[in-house]
Amino acid sequence: MNIHEYQGKEVLKQYGVVVPEGKVAFSVDEAVEAAKALGTPVVVVKAQIHAGGRGKAGGVKVAKGLDEVRTYASEILGKVLVTHQTGPEGKEVKRLLIEQGCDIKKEYYVGVVVDRGTGRIVMMASEEGGTEIEEVAAHSPEKIFKEVVDPAVGLQVFQARKLAYAINIPNELVGKAAKFMLALYRAFEEKDCSIAEINPLVVTGDGNVMALDAKLNFDSNALYRHKDILELRDLEEEDEKEIEASKFDLSYIALDGNIGCMVNGAGLAMATMDIIKYYGGDPANFLDVGGGATTEKVTEAFKIILSDEKVKGIFVNIFGGIMKCDVIANGVVEAAKQIGLDRPLVVRLEGTNVELGKKILNESGLNIVAADSMADGAQKIVALVK
Amino acid sequence: MSILVGKDTKVITQGITGATGLFHAKGALDYGTQMVGGVTPGKGGTNVDITLENGSTVSLPVFNTVVEAVKATGATASVIYVPPAFAADSIMEAVDAELDLVICITEGIPVLDMVKVSRYMEGRKTRLIGPNCPGVITPGECKIGIMPGYIHTKGHVGVVSRSGTLTYEAVHQLTTRGIGQSSAVGIGGDPVKGSEFIDILNLFNEDPDTYAVIMIGEIGGSAEEEAAEWVKANMTKPVVGFIGGATAPEGKRMGHAGAIISGGKGTAAEKIATLEACGIKVAPTPSDMGSTLVTVLEEKGLLEKCKTH
Repeated sequence: MNIHEYQGKEVLKQYGVVVPEGKVAFSVDEAVEAAKALGTPVVVVKAQIHAGGRGKAGGVKVAKGLDEVRTYASEILGKVLVTHQTGPEGKEVKRLLIEQGCDIKKEYYVGVVVDRGTGRIVMMASEEGGTEIEEVAAHSPEKIFKEVVDPAVGLQVFQARKLAYAINIPNELVGKAAKFMLALYRAFEEKDCSIAEINPLVVTGDGNVMALDAKLNFDSNALYRHKDILELRDLEEEDEKEIEASKFDLSYIALDGNIGCMVNGAGLAMATMDIIKYYGGDPANFLDVGGGATTEKVTEAFKIILSDEKVKGIFVNIFGGIMKCDVIANGVVEAAKQIGLDRPLVVRLEGTNVELGKKILNESGLNIVAADSMADGAQKIVALVK
Repeated sequence: MSILVGKDTKVITQGITGATGLFHAKGALDYGTQMVGGVTPGKGGTNVDITLENGSTVSLPVFNTVVEAVKATGATASVIYVPPAFAADSIMEAVDAELDLVICITEGIPVLDMVKVSRYMEGRKTRLIGPNCPGVITPGECKIGIMPGYIHTKGHVGVVSRSGTLTYEAVHQLTTRGIGQSSAVGIGGDPVKGSEFIDILNLFNEDPDTYAVIMIGEIGGSAEEEAAEWVKANMTKPVVGFIGGATAPEGKRMGHAGAIISGGKGTAAEKIATLEACGIKVAPTPSDMGSTLVTVLEEKGLLEKCKTH
């Protein structure tokens, strides 16, 4: 799960990570009020959307004085920001972070992730702050330093110090930087983050080490034990169909194509998208109905797919293990009856109770094209939507 | 022969009194697996009676702890169907009881719980398969997990996969072509897990009854690339592959920093290129996994040996 920058900073603050003073604003007046309360000569007006690259898209402005705050706030609020992470349709700005400006001496990068290779938490740091870390990784990987954390003892002070020295934090600030990293690690671990990125981490003219930006992502499997984090979810930042799907415990990701997919199992769902593309089609979504789906769940999944106007046809690809083919068939028939099936539908069923499933579809009177294999089904649906 | 499990493997189910545990304990017994008991804290001393497809009833003893269950039944393997919030604890309990093999089916375990589990397992004898996996099957002998048993045929091709349903897909394609399987292993799709591809490939390499292997990977991480390098250096048997997720949008699955830590590795295109460079023929579509293997078996003169009918 993703949260906004200002929320991330509030979470980090609880652990002693130093962040600039700031306040969220939902309107221009609130933005001016917030700037007044901060009382600093320079404030930064920052668009709050769940995507990086805001600065380049004009979503971050430095304001000198309240008039400028008003100008920038009214300019950014309601604006649709298009960044490399939003997709071409962009994202509308509905919240602003009004933050004290600070005297930046130098920018760095610090990030925490779980490394699959070692099965451990890894803290990464680089002197190349402020720029895309992928670029640093591609062009000068030797400038990224890593410390692997032993979960039995957590990140140690010497490790944080090593990183701070490696990225050339000024000598007199190494202690503060190490403290910052330890606090960041604690936040990551205790809140079950999947990513914690501080880009940039800055050292300031008045000798502070602070997080100028903060990107926190949380492990959705662990949200059950973090009610406070769950409350930070901003549904307006998420795709409507994805929200609807999550209510029914369906794993759905919206894509740009016109062939709706309903599959069981994440691997098979991804492979189904691949094979549609292989035969020249374009999937409209990734949808894994999971292993233990009921007729009701399948019906909802079907409704979600059909609610997407881009969808010109549907491919149902099921390999029934625990998921029985008759359950899928009943769900498909039920959904088609409820909403009226107005687009071509190709169904490929295999596995447990496959004959019963096929019989239900055949006797439903619906216009369903049966497929013998994934390849057969993919070719048929691609031809039908052309 | 086969790998990991066989007709003599004695298994207990952790979480046997839950609906999922019970359902699959029955499935295992129906298949002929030696399911010898179960564990549910607080239900020790009771029995669960399971009526099989053939009409007979099996009464399995339930224990409070894994240690007790092992002592009473002589089990060497366990399968876990415990809810995600408690599953890491269950794995560690099974490891502490010194079982040879623990298979965790549970999906949705917090990643940091698995980080702790993986640290806990260091230096201990237990092999973990999963979590978030379909399990392990040796056709005709032993089924531990949630896979549909009837699609499998006894034979000589090993299957190892990160995805459950794609494993079924591959097995089905093999069976319908008259090619049986020695064992099929789902290692699971979680980022931090027990056995990796290399561990299982190593076992297939040493198993005299396995003549070839299908390896099914997907985007993210670099386990497939590492496995491919290992295959090139060590494997004496042909391996064919498939990588799912060639069209998955980046960033939706993998976060920013996650892509970095593996040095830019993780896309399907890169994985396929590495596999091919290491001599692993990659199926162009998931529908071609079986036919790709057949082509390779023919080339190596192994097709007749692998045919089961």
